Amino acid sequence: MSNVSTHKSGFPNPLRWIGASVLGFFAEIGRLSTFAGRVTFAAFTPRWFWGEIGRQIIRIGFYSFPVVGMSAVFIGAALALNIYTGGSRYGAEQFVPNIVVLGITRELGAVITGLMLAGRVSAGISAEIGAMRVTEQIDALETLSASPYRYLYAPRFLAALITLPMLVAAANIIGVMGGWLVSVYSLDFDSTTYLRNTLDFVTRDDIMVGLIKAVVFGGVIAVMGCYQGDRSQAGATGVGRAATLSMVGAAVLVLATNFILSNLFVEIGL
Amino acid sequence: MTQPILKLEGIEKSFGRNNVLRGIDLDVAPGQSLVVIGGSGSGKSVMLKVALGLMTPTGGKVLFDGHDVTNSTGRTRESMRARVGMLFQAGALFDSLTVWENVAFRLINADGVKRSQAKERAIETLKKVRLGSEVAALYPAEISGGMQKRVSLARSIISEPDLIFFDEPTTGLDPITADAINDLIIEQVRGLGAATVTITHDMSSARKIADDVAMLFEGRIIWRGKADDVDHSGNEYVDQFVHGRAEGPIQPAI
Repeated sequence: MSNVSTHKSGFPNPLRWIGASVLGFFAEIGRLSTFAGRVTFAAFTPRWFWGEIGRQIIRIGFYSFPVVGMSAVFIGAALALNIYTGGSRYGAEQFVPNIVVLGITRELGAVITGLMLAGRVSAGISAEIGAMRVTEQIDALETLSASPYRYLYAPRFLAALITLPMLVAAANIIGVMGGWLVSVYSLDFDSTTYLRNTLDFVTRDDIMVGLIKAVVFGGVIAVMGCYQGDRSQAGATGVGRAATLSMVGAAVLVLATNFILSNLFVEIGL
Repeated sequence: MTQPILKLEGIEKSFGRNNVLRGIDLDVAPGQSLVVIGGSGSGKSVMLKVALGLMTPTGGKVLFDGHDVTNSTGRTRESMRARVGMLFQAGALFDSLTVWENVAFRLINADGVKRSQAKERAIETLKKVRLGSEVAALYPAEISGGMQKRVSLARSIISEPDLIFFDEPTTGLDPITADAINDLIIEQVRGLGAATVTITHDMSSARKIADDVAMLFEGRIIWRGKADDVDHSGNEYVDQFVHGRAEGPIQPAI
């Protein structure tokens, strides 16, 4: 009898493999969307666990500040150096403050914060929830009449929505100051002129673009961490795999949603 | 005849092509202690999770106090869980909470009891399982495995449930601590008048705490009888299991 799943060589049938992969991909998208919907519903309807939300704000927001600040200062400084190098080819060095503030507020502040938190927060949430899943703590929650969506996932989701814009606002300021530091102390810009050009050039819309992206990235990072943790398989390997998948998934989704949002903002003239 | 507090009717559960439960029929009367024995991988934990509503069965019905709760959600499910306690195999204590917060979790988060009152009740319940108030402020990682089991037992009885599930309550404990846990289970369950369903492969525990013993093999209940009859059941599978023999109809899980 012929085996439809394999060639005579013993290799998997490529058409079957492609079909299974496509179906698996859409099934995963469906599961993730359903999970995100349930988390969002739990986050915006009572009952809220305020203590848990507070704890997560501290964990996600406060403890992420050093890594976000460090990243932003170096990105701002490197951006200023590169813009200076490129601009000097056309005698346009004076636009360094303008392009630095534009790049940081509209793009890099949010993206760098999103990527750093995809690593630090999404993987951390996933590992924590994965460990709770495999040690039956999530089952215990349910038997004690506490929904994991309300007690575990919604607080992390809300905390990320609240803290990401704050972190991005801080990253924007620190990133611009990184550019200012390099420009003033290495590229001989006048400090007052640099800061005046920065403040004159940046608009409220530029800042809003970054903050709106931050809210979306916050949701993406928290949902990916909770989803992968919730689906974690047993054992250290399972929890480790969940953490890796959540970090990679969150980072890719941050970059993808950044592109979609940037496109949308260009379309609507924001 | 007294209505069973829990009744499983033809429960089936499959994971893909793997049929773990193949038609379980089981009932527990109020105040009765039923112990389900069976080898590793026989489906004991899956049966318990189906009974608790943590898994949806592929077929069959779960009746709690006469009500079909197989696919129940929301308030129906919550009202059932308010009357049920559970001691998990590894304790499943929340490691971000202190011992007393673990014990009082349901009181604070589901029953709306004030934290100060909940703490008092948690400390009282800890005393019932022979743990002093000095343990209350510790975290689960700071206490021994036997103490964790006792904290988990305290968490399962604090709301005075009508039915308590015990998943391998003595696994991983030395014989003396295991016997102490068995004594506490008997003492506390009798005090509450609750029915219990215990799954275990520890025969000394089964003999001590059971009124009835049922044996699960390949997804079916193949024998049920009084605890006193388990050593002369007349069933070769039960006989092999209770005497711990490698030779017999049950193949070792290696």
